[in-house]
Amino acid sequence: MRKKYLVLLYSIAIFIFIVLYLSLGKNKVYTTQENIGKKLAEVELNYFDKDGEFSTKELAKFKFTLLNFWASWCGPCRKEHKHLVELSKNSNLKIIGVNFKDEKKNALKFLSDMGDPFFILTKDPEGKKSINFGIYGIPETILIDNELKILKKYVGPINNKDVREINRIVNK
Amino acid sequence: MLGSFGIAVTTISLLLSLSLLYLSYYDLKLSSNRVSKKIYKFSFLQILLTFLSFITLIMAYVISDFSLINVYENSHTTKPLFYKISGTWGNHEGSLLLWINILVLFSFLFLILDENKNKNFRLYTLIFQNILISTFLIFLLTNSNPFSLLYPVPTEGMGLNPILQDPALAIHPPLLYVGFVGSSIYFSIALAALITKVDSKSLATTIKPWVSVSWSFQTLGILVGSIWAYYELGWGGFWFWDPVENSSLMPWFLMTALLHSVLVLERRIGLYSWVIILSILTFTMSVVGTFLVRSGILNSVHTFANDPSRGLFILSFLALMVFSSIYIFFKYAPNENKNYKIFSKESFILLNNWFMIFFLAVVLIGTLYPVFLDTLTGQKISVGPPYYNFILAPFLLPLLFLMTSGPKHKWISPEIIGIFNIALFIAVSLFIIIFISIKESSILLLLILLFSTYLITQTIFDFFEKFKNKNINLSRIISHFGFGMLIFSISLNQIFSVEESFNARVGDERKFKNYTIKFSNLETFTKKNFKSAKGYFEIINNKNSTSQNLTPEIRVYNKPETITYEASINTRLFSDSYLTMSNISSTDVFNIKFQKKPFMNFIWFSVLLISLGGILQFTRFRKKI
Repeated sequence: MRKKYLVLLYSIAIFIFIVLYLSLGKNKVYTTQENIGKKLAEVELNYFDKDGEFSTKELAKFKFTLLNFWASWCGPCRKEHKHLVELSKNSNLKIIGVNFKDEKKNALKFLSDMGDPFFILTKDPEGKKSINFGIYGIPETILIDNELKILKKYVGPINNKDVREINRIVNK
Repeated sequence: MLGSFGIAVTTISLLLSLSLLYLSYYDLKLSSNRVSKKIYKFSFLQILLTFLSFITLIMAYVISDFSLINVYENSHTTKPLFYKISGTWGNHEGSLLLWINILVLFSFLFLILDENKNKNFRLYTLIFQNILISTFLIFLLTNSNPFSLLYPVPTEGMGLNPILQDPALAIHPPLLYVGFVGSSIYFSIALAALITKVDSKSLATTIKPWVSVSWSFQTLGILVGSIWAYYELGWGGFWFWDPVENSSLMPWFLMTALLHSVLVLERRIGLYSWVIILSILTFTMSVVGTFLVRSGILNSVHTFANDPSRGLFILSFLALMVFSSIYIFFKYAPNENKNYKIFSKESFILLNNWFMIFFLAVVLIGTLYPVFLDTLTGQKISVGPPYYNFILAPFLLPLLFLMTSGPKHKWISPEIIGIFNIALFIAVSLFIIIFISIKESSILLLLILLFSTYLITQTIFDFFEKFKNKNINLSRIISHFGFGMLIFSISLNQIFSVEESFNARVGDERKFKNYTIKFSNLETFTKKNFKSAKGYFEIINNKNSTSQNLTPEIRVYNKPETITYEASINTRLFSDSYLTMSNISSTDVFNIKFQKKPFMNFIWFSVLLISLGGILQFTRFRKKI
């Protein structure tokens, strides 16, 4: 009887130690850059100010799409907004906004103050759907092509350099 | 100079530990009833040299001897003396040396304090303890040497991370180490007891003082860590279920279980094996915690540099420890018959053990699950407060109830005691008053409030009873009262906390609930080791027209270059006002977070009481011995 327990305990301990051993030296920093080159997840998003859902599948009809995750309460979003407005003038590119965990009133004021670069505006009031895109903070911006392939992923506010890069890619 | 001296002293203390291993083993075969004088002499030398190596390292920090890599990487000449000293254990290598010092201290104290115990039992304990000491010394010298030299010698050091420059954090590691490294002594005692077949009563009386002292220090260590997080991290919380906080909590659950089981073991033989298992598990869990913190497999506020070789060493040691303990246990553990009366005091104490093991399992799973999932499937998740609160909170109810009624039962007798008494009546009345005044809707929180009120009132009654009946255990009353207060204060803190987060420029005003917050001014200034932007805020409570001023800061330290956000906290007896600000880069807008945190002082004070109970228990045992 005792022997049985001994074998059982040893087996459990060996399993735990093997897993802990394998976990040593693994990269612990969470990054979603590995998503680049992969296909965008298929997610249904709610429209910002009307009923119904918008599927990311529909983005295949645009040549290039920029998905931007933002909120009115987010300082860096305020900072990058002028760049989005600038990018919205490029006819090869459509910008889809995902308003993240925000209040409608504040979000509308933000857009009326700073300009509205979004071709389509959707919302993710609980922040759960954004996880499917690998979003773990805002602002984040994803550039995809008409095959829904992720070309670029920007974590944090985009800047002049990023704007030039995006324009270069979509104008090719 | 100090580096070479430190290496020499540490090497000699390793040789002394190995000699002690040999001497103790040799002494086992001698017929004398007393432990050989030589062992005492060697032990004395061992503790002397180990302390000396630690003092050498402290000296190197004090005089800023940058020929030591460790001092160069973690200190700076402009640092105040106090933080130069505390910087000694603010890094992996230095804190490992502190670890070893505590291992040696407990080994020595055991040798000189438990003189009346069986000779072979003491010798085996020394052998196990010295195996631990030698292994850690080898680890220190080969992998994590704090005395490693650097050439050419730099003129200035890299500085200590500013968030570690805090009085609470200076004493947090030593307290916590006395707690969980102290548990090594009952790990060694337990294995020695198995081999030498020591009886239950001796085992219980031997480990009891060590358990209570390590338990008290562990409690204090956790408390100080919590206070540090609250004041320094600027998140406005005191417990985050961070994996490293969990690493200190897991041994604490086991120590608590052990503390209670030992009480039973003193009176009955039935729990012998269980006490041994708990003793082994407590130290094992402490080493698991050390592994998790130092191997870098977890992401946490305690970021020791990620070094897989370090993790590999601790993991190998842990494996060796676990496999040999299991082997020794199965080889030597006696068969026991368990015969308990269901309503006797020991049954209640055993129930406490079930709760502690359950809490341990929940926290262990929550901590390790993400690591296992990531390793086995590559999926990254994090387990946060909702998991712990959801699973643990309901179980507080029966635990609080048992803590109230359990101690009233008699030892071994199955007598059922009526639970309806005057304390319960008062508790319910108090609770009704609270209920009417708070209008809280969560039934669970309300019940927790009720049960903790009952525990508090009952322990107050017990306290007065103590004057009539000297047999009542005062330390139990104080610790249980402290625990009741803790849960009571945390619940009220949960209910009454107010939080508001917003963006503002200088001159802006924000109104919400009963408060108005005015951002009146912003000043920047330069100090010796940092630059600072200080905000001036006036918080007006419109309900009772009082106002207070808060001045949070954003500091940019130069060595090493780090930005810290200093919360401004106004502490009053019943409630804290907590304000932090952070800048939004290249704008003049600041993100402001205001929090009203009631009953914080009560939370700190109640944990202090819990720990005080343990210290009283310790002094009681020592008197008895």
